[in-house]
Amino acid sequence: MPILATQFLADLTRVARLLGGGGHVLNACADRYHFTVGLAASLVSGKVSLLPSTHTPEVIRQLIAFAPDVVCLSDEADCGIDLPRVPFPGAAAAGSASPAPVPAIDTAQLAACVFTSGSTGTPVPHRKSWGRLIACVREEANRLGLSGSTCAIVATVPPQHMYGFESSVLLALGCGHALCAERPFYPADIAAVLCAVPRPRILVSTPIHLRALLESGTALPPADLIVSSTAPLTPQLAAEVEQRFNTRLLEIYGSTETGQISARRPTHTPEWRLWPGVTLSVRDGETWAQGGHIEQPTRLCDVLEMTGEETFLLHGRVADLVNIAGKRSSLAYLNQQLNCIPGVLDGAFFHFDDSRASHPGVARVAACVVAPQLDAARVVQELRRRIDPVFLPRPLLLVARLPRTSTGKLPQEALRSLAAAHLKSGGLP
Amino acid sequence: MSEKVSPLRQPAAPASAAALVREVAGLVVAALNLDLAPADIDADAPLYGEGLGLDSIDILEIALVVSKQYGVQLRADSEENERIFGSLRRLADYITAHRTK
Repeated sequence: MPILATQFLADLTRVARLLGGGGHVLNACADRYHFTVGLAASLVSGKVSLLPSTHTPEVIRQLIAFAPDVVCLSDEADCGIDLPRVPFPGAAAAGSASPAPVPAIDTAQLAACVFTSGSTGTPVPHRKSWGRLIACVREEANRLGLSGSTCAIVATVPPQHMYGFESSVLLALGCGHALCAERPFYPADIAAVLCAVPRPRILVSTPIHLRALLESGTALPPADLIVSSTAPLTPQLAAEVEQRFNTRLLEIYGSTETGQISARRPTHTPEWRLWPGVTLSVRDGETWAQGGHIEQPTRLCDVLEMTGEETFLLHGRVADLVNIAGKRSSLAYLNQQLNCIPGVLDGAFFHFDDSRASHPGVARVAACVVAPQLDAARVVQELRRRIDPVFLPRPLLLVARLPRTSTGKLPQEALRSLAAAHLKSGGLP
Repeated sequence: MSEKVSPLRQPAAPASAAALVREVAGLVVAALNLDLAPADIDADAPLYGEGLGLDSIDILEIALVVSKQYGVQLRADSEENERIFGSLRRLADYITAHRTK
């Protein structure tokens, strides 16, 4: 059932009244329409939407330290988040009140705060102003070839994740497109939701969902554009997506810190083209992005090779970075969380072996842990309270000691060898 | 040798049900690269979250394997799904009821 702008304006006015006097909102709504109403309600009442990548008890504790006045807007009866809760209200009776005016939001207004896991254990906030967020997605609309048409956007990614936030919620709000409230998960759901919205329609997704969609044998409805991000598609998968949907597939590259900064059509070129105004520079072997909508010069966590003023190739992640299904963390952060667990004497995460990955974009991390008083299940249980489940180690190996060098360093290769030997022998080395 | 059957004993599940549980356990372990033997999965423990510790990426992967192997397309009717992924046995029951191959 379509929701018109007048309904949206009435809903955001209604929700804005419920948000209270604080300055921050954790928008945990699962329904994309509810999320968007919550975002707009926060904007018109001058509140900042907080978008952490996960809602573990430890992250919520840190969120309270960051913004003590934060409330949680949720549309689920048992959302399980330990914060003062504002339930998303039920549908209002069809009102005869005159339609609310479209609010004007100052471009300088602080709209959202996204977080990355710092290496010290404290999440690092990245502040996003409304004007820069919108400037970024207007360029996205140009790149995707959406200017001049009104599309329906179906997305398999959550609105709280930077990619989903930009490419579904903001793209719709900032560029006049229609948004689909559902977040389809299974292949049959994605096909059904896509089928139910009018054309032209866009599917915003990830390599994981696209691969599942293609391999499931589900009949695919026609789409007018497929967008993918979070991890590069293999050339084979990219070609198959275009063939099966009979349309273009465009990939977006960006980061939580910078938002999206470039795009490419992988069946035409391996090169990514930057948004106008965004520039990259290499300093001491690190790549920094700045300009355009980027709030401040930002170090990128991937290895990039410039091929021109506006183009580059992507060569994979910096060793410390962990990117699993679009969720980012760092080995340093995961290690810090692991070593905070009472009973853990020493412990380290590492990249085991990407060839073990069950599918593209999902190379899990492993960990070796010295904890004579604990069993592996107990350590995993403690980790579950602190880190997103995608980062839980596979496997977690209890060992007698870590292979530290005389200077205390812990080479990743030594950890891999230890783990391989450990798995072969099936016990404590 | 005669065998005494206690009247209190539950009727045994058909052999094929137990076999399917074992078969699905094998598929799950292979699809997810889990470091355990299929027989080590408790057929009645939850697959999601605290039990076997699978996350949504794994669930999608299992859904894919199940669709390929048995022709069962899972749908996200949330209550139904909580039940289906409530345990390996329930997943196998669901497959039995909906399989097309």
